Amino acid sequence: MSATAAPPQAPAPAEPPVHRPALRKKLVPYWLLLPGIVWLLVFFVLPMAYQASTSVQTGSLEEGFQVTWHFRTYWDALTEYYPQFLRSLLYAGTATALCLLLGYPLAYLIAFKAGRWRNLLLVLVIAPFFTSFLIRTLAWKTILADGGPVVGALNTIGFLDVTSWLGMTEGDRVLATPLAVVCGLTYNFLPFMILPLYTSLERIDTRLHEAAGDLYATPATTFRKVTFPLSMPGVVSGTLLTFIPASGDYVNAELLGSTDTRMIGNVIQSQYLRILDYPTAAALSFILMAVVLVMVTIYIRRAGTEDLV
Amino acid sequence: MEQYEPDRLSPAQAAAIRRSLTSGRGALTRRSLLRVGGAGALTLGGLSALSACGIPPAKREGGTAAPSDDHSAQEKRINFSNWTEYMDLSDDQKVHPTLEEFTKRTGITVDYTEDINDNVEFFGKIRPQLAAGQDTGRDLIVVTDWLAARIIRLGWAQKLDPAHLPHAYANLIPQYRNPDWDPGRAHSYPWTGIDTVIAYNTKATGGKKVDSVTQLLDDPTLKGRVGFLTEMRDTVGMTLLDLGKDPASFTTADYDEALGRLQKGVDKKQIRRFTGNDYTSDLDKGDLAACLAWAGDVIQLQAGNPDIQYAIPAAGYITSSDNLLVPAKARHKTNAEKLIDFYYEPAIAARLAAFISYVCPVEGVKEELAKIDPALADNPLIVPDKAMAAKAHAFRSLSAEEETAYEEKFAKLIGS
Repeated sequence: MSATAAPPQAPAPAEPPVHRPALRKKLVPYWLLLPGIVWLLVFFVLPMAYQASTSVQTGSLEEGFQVTWHFRTYWDALTEYYPQFLRSLLYAGTATALCLLLGYPLAYLIAFKAGRWRNLLLVLVIAPFFTSFLIRTLAWKTILADGGPVVGALNTIGFLDVTSWLGMTEGDRVLATPLAVVCGLTYNFLPFMILPLYTSLERIDTRLHEAAGDLYATPATTFRKVTFPLSMPGVVSGTLLTFIPASGDYVNAELLGSTDTRMIGNVIQSQYLRILDYPTAAALSFILMAVVLVMVTIYIRRAGTEDLV
Repeated sequence: MEQYEPDRLSPAQAAAIRRSLTSGRGALTRRSLLRVGGAGALTLGGLSALSACGIPPAKREGGTAAPSDDHSAQEKRINFSNWTEYMDLSDDQKVHPTLEEFTKRTGITVDYTEDINDNVEFFGKIRPQLAAGQDTGRDLIVVTDWLAARIIRLGWAQKLDPAHLPHAYANLIPQYRNPDWDPGRAHSYPWTGIDTVIAYNTKATGGKKVDSVTQLLDDPTLKGRVGFLTEMRDTVGMTLLDLGKDPASFTTADYDEALGRLQKGVDKKQIRRFTGNDYTSDLDKGDLAACLAWAGDVIQLQAGNPDIQYAIPAAGYITSSDNLLVPAKARHKTNAEKLIDFYYEPAIAARLAAFISYVCPVEGVKEELAKIDPALADNPLIVPDKAMAAKAHAFRSLSAEEETAYEEKFAKLIGS
């Protein structure tokens, strides 16, 4: 759209003033930013401001809510629901770690060893997105059903005795236990881990592996000194893309969990829709956002990756 | 830009296009940028205004809806929002035969949407429009008692005109005529009745019958395989009945006692989970051995799984209803009333009840139902007999403060 220069084939002497094109060129980046800015303003900044305002209001549905700068709501919400906060962070953290353990070998395989299967494997990683999140989670209820083959097999090898002892399962079942919720979270967010890992692994020049070999590095050392450090941007963005949505998720805890596996997302949902206590729901959302922001900032500082994917 | 200009444009046309882009209305001039900047500043100003205003009170003066313009005569249409699987379907799943007949008879086309899945979520969806005094785009909605009570209490439902409802007025079963939240059915009519009973899977219980809330909460053979409902009134109401209290007139102390009883069940891991509609698949698979259930679901489950049984507790059961309401500002109130009245003709009501198998609130439906299928007419879960009706109890309506306090305690019980 910056077409202000005179057309080359037909020089039109009368047309362009000399200075305006320069100014216009300077403005181009802003014009390109404009749609994004407007979008964020309407769908991010405004709702955030609205929620921020809601969180310091008091009142009821009947009498209406007024801004009274009642910041105590934050403290009350935190003291009342800190177990759910801790549980959310614990579950999301565990799921993120599992995603990394499961996703890294797979991303590595796709990037370096898959050859002509690479595209097929990538499509398979993305394939779950073709069905809805809810349906996929409901499918886990069938997979993990009490009388189902999975639970039967886990029982036979004594796996459930171990997890029971760890407090992750209840008797000889998996559904309606913390294990089921963590499994559901891991499954649902795994592609968000694999894709960034794949992109950063795929970028690694394989000649670096050869060079490491030439310098007498064992495969393990090559991985430790070359591959893994170079894949750090993928690891960091993958863990963030997994951890942040997982900590706010409520579908998995709702469908696969029980009363003692409720996460903070469930509390927010129930405060907002069931109890109609909008200020508490808004305050909880902001606390969650702040906690996640702080954790993520510390994490990025520690991981020391300025060049995120 | 220039390389995209097709050659067939004459030089004059090309020049015109360029001109329009640089100095016409589409041009990006400094003035238009300033305008946008101004809009941005206005938005920021709006933000500070936002923090000052809060959420307006829901209740209108006098407690009744502001008068709404009725466009029924000019627009022969009606927008009807209902729950899923709450309407009869033709064999090819394409049309709703009773709605077709309504259109044939009255000339009013029905825009039927199954967009209600959950009372609390639906309320969250329509609240902003209703609170702002706007049309929700729906002329007729179906919501459960307590939500109907709340909407009427907030003045968000239109008063119905009895002159348009001769069948409904004459044929409504006495049991449903005078709920304490809408005396004389001034604003609402039941679409179906909902009985909350105990359902169990004989395969999972080992053939054992489960017929009381006490058994659900105490029987060690059911440990970890018992379900209760996330609908507070059903779960607490059934527990109140089991404790010998009357759900129509309980006190806060009674309520707390019932919650304490349920809490024990949670603490000793007797209760597996609190569920919404999704208990049906759990019960079907046997992950839940026994649970509180809605009678209509039980009939539908039984059709596919003979192991599913139900029991009416000796202490009684909770009954409620899903109610038709015309929201404030709806454009086609008279058309909506005609539709309500249509479904109160026993022959039509029977066709609906035969399909959806929920309790039918229409007098005289038994005979019509017998013509379709005698077994249905004799099923007490569709047409309650005297013994059944005697055990029915309704949960009393709650004040706004009670509702908040009770829901909050209940949310704690179910873990959030």
